[in-house]
Amino acid sequence: MDTALHVPVIARPPPVRSAGLLAWLRGNLFADWKNATATIVTVALIAHWLPDIIDWALVRSITRPDNAACRALDHAGACWGVIAEKYRLILFGRYPFDEQWRPLLATLLMVVMLVASCTRVLWSRWLVVAWLAVLAVFFALMRGGVAGLTPVETARWGGVPLTMLLSTLSIAAAFPIAVLVALGRRSHLPAIRSVCIVYVELIRGVPLISVLFMASFMFPLFMPPGITVDVLVRVLVGITLFAAAYLAEVVRGGLQAIPKGQHEAAAAMGLSYWQTQRKIILPQALRMVVPSIMNSFISTFKDTSLVTIVSLYDLTGSLALALGGDADWRQFYMEGYLFIAAIYWTFCFAMSRYSQWVERHLNVGNAH
Amino acid sequence: MSESIINFEKVSKWYGEFHVLRDIDLAVAKGERIVICGPSGSGKSTLIRCINALEEYQEGKLTVDGVLITDDVKAVEAVRKEVGMVFQQFNLFPHLTVLENLTLAPMWVGRIPKKEAEERAMMQLARVRIAEQAGKYPLQLSGGQQQRVAIARSLCMTPKIMLFDEPTSALDPEMIKEVLDVMIELAGMGITMLCVTHEMGFARSVADRVIFMDQGQIVEQNTPAEFFAHPKSERTRDFLSKILSH
Amino acid sequence: MRAKRRDWSWRSRATRGLIYQAVAVAAIAAVVWFLAHNTLENMRVRGIQSGFGFLTQPAGFDIGESVFPFDSADPYWKAFLVGLGNTLRAAVVGIVLTTLLGTLIGIGRLSRNFLVRSLCTGYVELFRNIPVLLQLLMWYFVLNEWLPPVSDALNPLPGIFLSKSGMAFPIPEWEQGHLVTVVGLALGIAAGWWYRRWARAAFERTGAARSMLWPALALAGVGALLGWLAGGAPTALELPVRNDLNVSGGGAVTPEFLAVTIGLTIYTASFVAEIVRSGIQSVPWGQTEAAGALGLSRGQALKLVLLPQALRVIIPPLTNQYLNLTKNSSLAVAVGFPDLVSISNTTLNQTGRAVECITIIMAVYLTLSLVTAALMNWYNARSAIRER
Repeated sequence: MDTALHVPVIARPPPVRSAGLLAWLRGNLFADWKNATATIVTVALIAHWLPDIIDWALVRSITRPDNAACRALDHAGACWGVIAEKYRLILFGRYPFDEQWRPLLATLLMVVMLVASCTRVLWSRWLVVAWLAVLAVFFALMRGGVAGLTPVETARWGGVPLTMLLSTLSIAAAFPIAVLVALGRRSHLPAIRSVCIVYVELIRGVPLISVLFMASFMFPLFMPPGITVDVLVRVLVGITLFAAAYLAEVVRGGLQAIPKGQHEAAAAMGLSYWQTQRKIILPQALRMVVPSIMNSFISTFKDTSLVTIVSLYDLTGSLALALGGDADWRQFYMEGYLFIAAIYWTFCFAMSRYSQWVERHLNVGNAH
Repeated sequence: MSESIINFEKVSKWYGEFHVLRDIDLAVAKGERIVICGPSGSGKSTLIRCINALEEYQEGKLTVDGVLITDDVKAVEAVRKEVGMVFQQFNLFPHLTVLENLTLAPMWVGRIPKKEAEERAMMQLARVRIAEQAGKYPLQLSGGQQQRVAIARSLCMTPKIMLFDEPTSALDPEMIKEVLDVMIELAGMGITMLCVTHEMGFARSVADRVIFMDQGQIVEQNTPAEFFAHPKSERTRDFLSKILSH
Repeated sequence: MRAKRRDWSWRSRATRGLIYQAVAVAAIAAVVWFLAHNTLENMRVRGIQSGFGFLTQPAGFDIGESVFPFDSADPYWKAFLVGLGNTLRAAVVGIVLTTLLGTLIGIGRLSRNFLVRSLCTGYVELFRNIPVLLQLLMWYFVLNEWLPPVSDALNPLPGIFLSKSGMAFPIPEWEQGHLVTVVGLALGIAAGWWYRRWARAAFERTGAARSMLWPALALAGVGALLGWLAGGAPTALELPVRNDLNVSGGGAVTPEFLAVTIGLTIYTASFVAEIVRSGIQSVPWGQTEAAGALGLSRGQALKLVLLPQALRVIIPPLTNQYLNLTKNSSLAVAVGFPDLVSISNTTLNQTGRAVECITIIMAVYLTLSLVTAALMNWYNARSAIRER
């Protein structure tokens, strides 16, 4: 039994073997023979392929729009010249060449609004007003016919502006529908609950393409004879209904997480059903599921690529438009695919990073 | 002096750059009951978790029941058969019944037939006074009941050493007594016990030795009577005044 | 207990509830009537007939690949069946491959090895954020443009040929002997099953652990082998043979099928990897520690403690991904793979029966979804961890 007075031990730095770069290498790359083998094999594979990829994509590539030079390359290097040549067609679809500053401006406005919506500082009632204003300006710019701008029919809209329009508008319209359906699903009234359940399960059980086909082929039949509905509107309705069903499930998850005590406290205060939902329940529920709502937005953004199949020329479709008919440039399709894949990837990755940031920093979702 | 069953020789451990255990020298005799106390972050949990190799140390020598603890897998498995541990968060297996929780290790590690393992389990459950819950699932029990099951689970392997890592800290106050009663009964059975806890009443009634740790070092150790009556170090006095005052 | 007095006034909740529901039902009925009325009107004006009778008429188109023989004289309903067969074929292959790939990558994301971890994370972040349609189109392009023409087919492994026309591989020539082999395999599997039951009982009785997996597999293998020998050891393989112009013989899959399967597998695997990873991470670290503290080896801890808990968390979202893969196979219409949606599209364009064709598609997919959901509910109820 050591009853002598204790001499304090001063903290030392750890021995070299257990901290620092060498320790990191040992622990992370060469911990045991299995890990060491994996490291060696991986490094070997990377060393084998990476130089070839860099060679193709960067070293031997051609960036100027020179068709003859590209053909001379014969796929030994990437022909980024096809992008230089066709980028306006890919990015803006069949929009008249001279007026393409309009979709550019409209898209930039939309992107600015999206980024602004993500900045917490700006969350207020004015944001909604700003959104309505920007949407009005967007349509005015794209459609024309006002302020001296030449009219451009919706069939000619395409590329990035169309993708942005479809995703933003459908999620915005889907949101109120989703909230109502989610509330309806939790309702005590069996008729309303059944209708909401049928809607959600029906839409979630079928592929988006069938909903788009329905919107595309059956919508005209649903309207009184003689009334035609714009293709864009039809597709928008289809995507909106589809997104609303998934979003309704997300909102329902948030509603289920609200403790019963909240409802009881509101009832005890004498608030009506709608007042309770609007002022107490929904604000909490929605805040909780912001990451999932962002995921829905990312999914919808990716899903807009399907409108190619119903002949709308979004970013994916406009590539076919740009290269499909052009015998000279058609063989460089892969470079075109990589270009639009990069655009999609940038948007989706940025959004998913933001969603993770929201989850971590605003104490929402399941993060603590 | 009986041979020590646990022997720390100048053991040091780092978490990254942080020196969490500093030159620990400690010899625990067979059958000795030790309570370790100290402020949070002092390294007490880390100390006992080194004994069954749940934590690795970087410097020094640690011997448990004659086996030197290194990163040799076989040595560690041999030691873990002889050392039982009770966790602050119980860590019962929620997908198995109480009885299955207790028979798992005897059957798969101890290679005992199922019938015998179940008899042993029922005996341990009776000892911790919870035999009627054998068919229930852990999440159907209260915190105090779960911790008693956890103690019974460790005892099923007939360990020579029992480690307790703040066993009552996660319990509601009215359940702490039932767990402490079981631990006091255990203490009378001759198993070597190391207990990290803030329950000073338990220390006073059961411990052979109380150890005070601060900043990764053993600052003071003494019999309970001497420790509480005449703490030698300033830090010990400071700590005791904080926890004994309420 | 006194009976509840119903208070039928304007302000009672019961009355209001009934009124709301009546209004909602009436509104929906009105909308449905409006749509149906318009539809019938439009169809009359345009001369489109309705009804499913067209299904018995000859299809009038050929289908590029199918599970059973089909030609243009066969009726439409048979064409739909071919489409369904193709959808299921792509879905089953895709589900098996994506589970394997996704599990490996998910586990790789938790690896101690920095390189493996980074590569797996890179995989997930890359393929998750690109639309699946684009991925399918890219794979189709690669298979169609970058593979050599059939006269020059690649031969990466003996008997396997890759070219613009797809992949050819050896298949056994079906003989009597193969049937006996299959019977032998079935008997071997049964024997393996009985062995496992016996080994488990012996383990519980005596405590001596026996390997339960390898002997069972060995028995299945031996059964198949004995069956094969008993059947006359048929070895005839129909090998694809390359001559000057093309590759003939053997089994074959089209580049469309390959594009759809590869694209769907790689896309869905990125989601499966995330599900597997978060399932494993959902098991609290304390469980591993407790298992270790009891003396269980790493393998035992994995089998008895970690996997049972992880699988409960993994399986529901995993089946959701399987369903997504099946629904995404509908995009095959964009690469020309004749799946259900593609065939339905062709029929729709030929006959103008939009409502019927789309109804068929939706009914089939809805059935698949509901069946899967029911199975999932059954699994969840059965395996739920019981709490207070």
